[in-house]
Amino acid sequence: MLAQAQNPVIVVDRSARTPKGVGLLIELAELLQARVVDQGNRMNFPRTHYLNSPASVVSGADVILGLELSDFWATVNQYTDNGLHEGTGTQVSKVKPGTKLISINAAELITKANYQDFQRYQEIDVSMPADAEATMPALIEALRSAIPNDKKDLIAKRGENAKKAYAEEWAKTQAQAAVAWNASPISTARLSMEIYHAVKHLDWSLVASEGNVSNWPNRLWPFEKHYQWLGRSGGYGVGYGAPASVGAALANRDLGRFSVSIQSDGDLMFAPGVLWTAAHHKIPLLSVMHNNRGYHQEVMHLQRLANFRNRKVNNGNDMGPIGTSIQNPDIEYHKLAESMGWWAKGPIKRPEDLGPALKEAVEVVKSGHPALLNVWTQPR
Amino acid sequence: MNIVSKKITSIAFQLSAVLLLALSQSAQAASAKEGEAAFMKNGCWQCHGTQGQGSIAGLKLAPNPKPLAYLNAFIRNTVGPMPPYSEKILSNEDLANIHAYLESIPASPDPKTLPLLQVK
Repeated sequence: MLAQAQNPVIVVDRSARTPKGVGLLIELAELLQARVVDQGNRMNFPRTHYLNSPASVVSGADVILGLELSDFWATVNQYTDNGLHEGTGTQVSKVKPGTKLISINAAELITKANYQDFQRYQEIDVSMPADAEATMPALIEALRSAIPNDKKDLIAKRGENAKKAYAEEWAKTQAQAAVAWNASPISTARLSMEIYHAVKHLDWSLVASEGNVSNWPNRLWPFEKHYQWLGRSGGYGVGYGAPASVGAALANRDLGRFSVSIQSDGDLMFAPGVLWTAAHHKIPLLSVMHNNRGYHQEVMHLQRLANFRNRKVNNGNDMGPIGTSIQNPDIEYHKLAESMGWWAKGPIKRPEDLGPALKEAVEVVKSGHPALLNVWTQPR
Repeated sequence: MNIVSKKITSIAFQLSAVLLLALSQSAQAASAKEGEAAFMKNGCWQCHGTQGQGSIAGLKLAPNPKPLAYLNAFIRNTVGPMPPYSEKILSNEDLANIHAYLESIPASPDPKTLPLLQVK
């Protein structure tokens, strides 16, 4: 199926378990000249490779190979919570009718309880309960002998098209990042790139990026090595970022890597005691806060219900509907961190103040201590 | 153009004649300053950003916003992730002011001139 496909697309989520997994995926993608969508729950595929692609490319695929996807349904379908269809919302397919779906996923082998979340059911044409990385060498070998000679020109042409699309996508992403570049509170694109330029000369590892910064690090940072992006919680929980960052920084410390995290305010409120743990054990970590002063995930749900009843959502004196703001009083996270033994600075509200503060903080972390910058940011 | 966009565009054309008079009265008196306040007070910025730059949660609105008639048709009738806003929730006057605010937002810098965006 993959060898005969006109436009195969590979989608990966938790595929690469080891450094070797990244290399195998590159080999597979280049063999097919298939575009790759890395959903980012692990670092699976280099962002600098011309086959790295946005999620929208699934719309043109005739075959989709999903490797360790947490949610295949949402990969090929879109759900809009708009209250239509008796409140069940609107569901639209993101792929063409007849698109063949192949899944290799070890999750099917680890059914462990009466109650377990598999996401929505997606019918698959070829479903293989297996570990994707372990399967890759056999799959590559099989494909090498299955690709007919008369397909090789088509495959080469796919690669040329992908290079062009990659360059166009990069220019588009840069243009999007430039919008509101000088805004205060600081834009999440600016935040992401100020951080990148402060650590790019080091052997850096982005250990967490929680709180939704519009996925800028995944879109703009040149992730290439397996440890340059450690992935997400695997769910949609809040509270993972802070403790995961400290744990990863402890592991990176002994490997000589520089750990940096983009730490959201709401996430830190779940287990702030982890700050003390990092200071006590002298774990070097640069924690740069995406302090948007809110839990934005629920905002639109509340707004939708209020609009449905034709009444104003309660903004009160806060900036968002009740239960979604973290202000009045504003939390001084830099003081919280200082009180637990961190070097800290903030609140940083102007973009021009961020670069110099990062420079200071990087030096502190290089000396072996954790450092936190409390940065006021745009909501997403 | 997807189905939702086609529907919104169609509605925009159908309603534009009726709306033009009412909206033009609001638009003439529109104030960017009051629009910024309305943009914040009504929570638009939470998904679209304080300068309408857009985010993973909301479309880019500025610089170069769509015409007021389009914005009005969209806001009153959308069936997308954002719920529709009635006039009771967001008045025509507030909407015209918000549009004036979005129009006042200057052009973005050329990304080629921003050293921080030069990665590759």
